[in-house]
Amino acid sequence: MYDLSCDRVTKAFGKFVAVDEVSLDIPSGSFFSILGPSGCGKTTLMRMIAGFETPSGGDIRIKGESVLSLPPNKRNVKMVFQHLALFPMMNVGENIAYGLRCRGDAKAEIPAKVARVLERVGLPGVEEKQIGQLSGGQRQRIAIARCMVLEPDVLLLDEPLGALDLKLREHMKIELKQLQHQFETTFLYITHDQSEALVMSDRVAVMNRGRFEQIGTPRELYDDPVSGFVAGFVGDANCLAGKIAEIRGGEVRVELDGGGAVEARRADDSAVGDAVEVFVRPEAMRIGETAEGTRIAGTVDSLLFNGANSRILVKAERGQLVEVADPGQSGELTPGASVSVGFSPARARAFARRTA
Amino acid sequence: MGRDAGKLSLTLLMTPFLLWIGLLIILPQIGIGYVSLREKVSYDEFHYGLKNYVDFISEPVYRNTLFRTAWMSIVVTALALVVGFPVAYYIAKIARQKSRAALFLMCLIPLWVSDLVRAYGWIVLLRETGVVSRTLVALGIIGQPVEMLYNDATVVMGLVYTVVLFMIVPLTSTLQGMDDALLEAGYNLGGSRLTVFRRIIVPYAMPGIVSGCIITFMLTAGSYLTPVLLGGKNSSWFTEQIYNQFITRYNWEAGATFGVTLLVFTSFVVWLGLKLTGQSLATTVAKD
Repeated sequence: MYDLSCDRVTKAFGKFVAVDEVSLDIPSGSFFSILGPSGCGKTTLMRMIAGFETPSGGDIRIKGESVLSLPPNKRNVKMVFQHLALFPMMNVGENIAYGLRCRGDAKAEIPAKVARVLERVGLPGVEEKQIGQLSGGQRQRIAIARCMVLEPDVLLLDEPLGALDLKLREHMKIELKQLQHQFETTFLYITHDQSEALVMSDRVAVMNRGRFEQIGTPRELYDDPVSGFVAGFVGDANCLAGKIAEIRGGEVRVELDGGGAVEARRADDSAVGDAVEVFVRPEAMRIGETAEGTRIAGTVDSLLFNGANSRILVKAERGQLVEVADPGQSGELTPGASVSVGFSPARARAFARRTA
Repeated sequence: MGRDAGKLSLTLLMTPFLLWIGLLIILPQIGIGYVSLREKVSYDEFHYGLKNYVDFISEPVYRNTLFRTAWMSIVVTALALVVGFPVAYYIAKIARQKSRAALFLMCLIPLWVSDLVRAYGWIVLLRETGVVSRTLVALGIIGQPVEMLYNDATVVMGLVYTVVLFMIVPLTSTLQGMDDALLEAGYNLGGSRLTVFRRIIVPYAMPGIVSGCIITFMLTAGSYLTPVLLGGKNSSWFTEQIYNQFITRYNWEAGATFGVTLLVFTSFVVWLGLKLTGQSLATTVAKD
């Protein structure tokens, strides 16, 4: 059985369709992310699941039961808000006890439950602290504890890491994943940050313009995207625009807009003469003369040092910039040097060009 | 150099304020306090002491007028809160961004008309030969014209109308600072409408409630025109007593005593109110 199912859920605001026939099934205890750019409808979808918006069509089921007729305060889905929405006029203990008191738990049991959940999120004994006294990461954990103390069927998280600084965000990614393991609750996580989605999730749905483009494991999305949007949005990718000149079985030869040609895997049903985009990951590219594969000539534009993520920016002859991974940071190249960038066609994908 | 400039601008900014508060507030109050302590023995001959205050306390009419004024001011404040809260909530949280300014302006428009004209407006409506009375007679709802002025209900209503704006403004600005996500979190964690109102909205708005209540209470207790015009002889409002002592009886000593008493007593009521609700002026004014 699925903890949360959406069946062709649709939401229209006037003529604008924010969420368009979206279906998903989330198995118990998994970490599911919805990844998409801002304005893609992911927040609307989450608000419908929480009950703050009413779908124009479709059904939402929690543990198999439709919840459409239930008001937000009767649904057993709890939500961690983008800015956490901790109650500033209550201390930490009162914040966590709020839900228990609303549920009508016996007064005598509440302090023990609050203490237990604080221990589980690694902040024992902070009941008396005011919200303002906590650090960003601690607030995050309190917001999660406030929901988890109610033992929800599904925990919704609406980009809760967005407000944190980079270092803490990296740390909280790992921590969130551990908390999810520990509580064994289904997490539905919304984000526009692909690295958050890839690192934490069991499965990710990539959302664009109100629809799911692809649902899969992070590896599937990265290695085997089904559309140009997914290829461009998940992970880094170079995107070369051109037209299909020739189809040879599973491969195509693409004449690039600026001139020159590359070979790539044919990833959809684009035909000869169709405008396409070729996506190549930076780590699939090599500098220098390799035996096989397709190549682009250019000059080194700049070296972008970032530790193991270092890149070499190559300016192709036609002016397009291409990012090439440079894990070794050999430092042999200098800006201005002419190079040849090669990649195996198997690791490049040609998709029909996205409409802007 | 920078420090000198800072000092200069501080001096320039503070001087008008200090002059205003010194010359127009503190000095007259000291003068009033001084006058209230003296007792006229004969022409240009005075004794000093608390006799005026003793006289005030031993005269039940004065005492009762003060208590009545304070009590009615509390009623007016409570009603202004009840009437003003939904309006403030609507402006701050429900109205669209665009209409907010317009709604706020509509609340301010009545202030463009003087108190006096507004009070006469009520008289035109409510007197025996007034609009309301005549309309009701013409519709056959009542048999003969009714006098609707000169009773406590009318005075309270008129006062609420006069001061409600001063309740709405601080409430609106406090509620505007509230993130809608707090309300949604309140529902999401299982709260009913009543719970969310009681445990989230009201505590959040408390600084605005407190400052609005203090302003309306002080304004009401110190108001003169509305109770006198709408309540007539029956209003027995304390400011009317002060006016009588100063102007009608030319008894400045008693008038000054009443003035000081009103200030001390209303301040005491505010202090008591803060104590009873567990609020403090500091948290109300310096809200972070």
